[in-house]
Amino acid sequence: METTLDIFIKAIFSENMIFAYFLGMCSYLAVSKTVKTAVGLGAAVIFVLVVTVPVNYLLENYLLKEGALEWLNPAWVDIDLSFLSFIMFIAVVASIVQLVEMLVEKFAPALYGALGIFLPLIAVNCSILGGALFMQDRQYSTIGDATAFSLGSGIGWFIAIVAIAAIREKIRYSNVPAPLRGLGITFIITGLMGMAFMSFSGIKYADDTKKKAKVNVADPNTNSSITVDPGNTLNAAVGNTNIINKED
Amino acid sequence: MSEGIENKKVPREPLFSKKNKKLVTEPLADNNPVTIQVLGICSALAITVQVEQGVVMGGAVLFVLVLGNLIISLLRNLIPSRIRIIVQLVVVAALVIIVNEVLKAFLPDVSEKLSVFVGLIITNCIIMGRFEAFAMANKPWPSIMDGIGNGLGYAGLLILVAVFRELFGSGSLYGVKLLGSNIPGEEWGLYTMGYVNNNMMILPPMALIIVGIIIWVQRSRNKSLIEEH
Repeated sequence: METTLDIFIKAIFSENMIFAYFLGMCSYLAVSKTVKTAVGLGAAVIFVLVVTVPVNYLLENYLLKEGALEWLNPAWVDIDLSFLSFIMFIAVVASIVQLVEMLVEKFAPALYGALGIFLPLIAVNCSILGGALFMQDRQYSTIGDATAFSLGSGIGWFIAIVAIAAIREKIRYSNVPAPLRGLGITFIITGLMGMAFMSFSGIKYADDTKKKAKVNVADPNTNSSITVDPGNTLNAAVGNTNIINKED
Repeated sequence: MSEGIENKKVPREPLFSKKNKKLVTEPLADNNPVTIQVLGICSALAITVQVEQGVVMGGAVLFVLVLGNLIISLLRNLIPSRIRIIVQLVVVAALVIIVNEVLKAFLPDVSEKLSVFVGLIITNCIIMGRFEAFAMANKPWPSIMDGIGNGLGYAGLLILVAVFRELFGSGSLYGVKLLGSNIPGEEWGLYTMGYVNNNMMILPPMALIIVGIIIWVQRSRNKSLIEEH
């Protein structure tokens, strides 16, 4: 199984919301002209993701999923309400955003000053609904994993928007070809940043090495009867050939 | 109320007047929702690996946009402005659920590939953007035309990007192997001469770069679109 830390790191780097899935691109392009506003929006996205994904996780597991209603009445085990998930998720996101806005305004006026105008924007930011839908798609086993995923995704989004805002502030002084100015060059830079972020996909997570161990054992070309313990990551890392050579 | 209008004999606008036609044709190029209005980028980039996905996604957005524009336009005088975002979201979510169920039933493979992106039509900025900017202030018929125009503009760009990515990334178009086959042992076409697919095209960053280049071409042909930084 993936550990919570794996999920967290993966969500920040190799499965970055912007560079791998393009979620929240609209506000990413519209609000990345200066670093200051980018930090505000990024912080608001982290905040809302961390609040909404766990709530949607509970909703998914105790209301929408097939058999989720069993805790209410054992006779309802066959009910599958997952077709309602879009409307439920978006309603939860929109109302939580509204609620958070009111709470922040009442209890933390300073934070409201910083996030204020961005909060309503976030209700229709794809990355928030995307977070909920990915959570549903990947079926995290505990609410802790779902929260780690949402925090990681939020931080990944924050890094992406602050980085592009910093680049855009500097590129204003460069001589960009006129038709590329503004939107065009931002797209191309984001593409290049995406390529850079793709190199994070080489990180080995615990579950990947385990998978590899199983693949090596099942390799039909080896003709050997060695069984490597899937938990033994050292053997898996050393590879199949070395073990066979030793046997020979 | 209607009598008063009839008595004045206001000439009725023909259904396909110049203005209405313009609503359809303008978003196709000079006011394209993706390259000019910068709306709905997320899905435009993520699901353009194959033309088929692009066609299905474009069709889905067209359907949701036209019907949604119609519904919002009919309701526009009933919606209190404070809660209009939530009302709009509910209308879109209901339409998207229909689309999702239809796709699951009739095109299960494509539905599998699109995964969460069908659901993300709800937060596709094109839809909310057109509701806010057009349907809330216009009569139903022009709203439908606007929906068709923007939906087609979006679908067109999606398919254009997908054509480049599928042709150079997988050597096929709409699943048809145009450049030959590279299956070991039965190669034919360009692959026998050493041609290889550009795997970079399948990866996410190339979608951004292709859209960037499309914007570049479009703006160098039409100078009035150039931004001042």
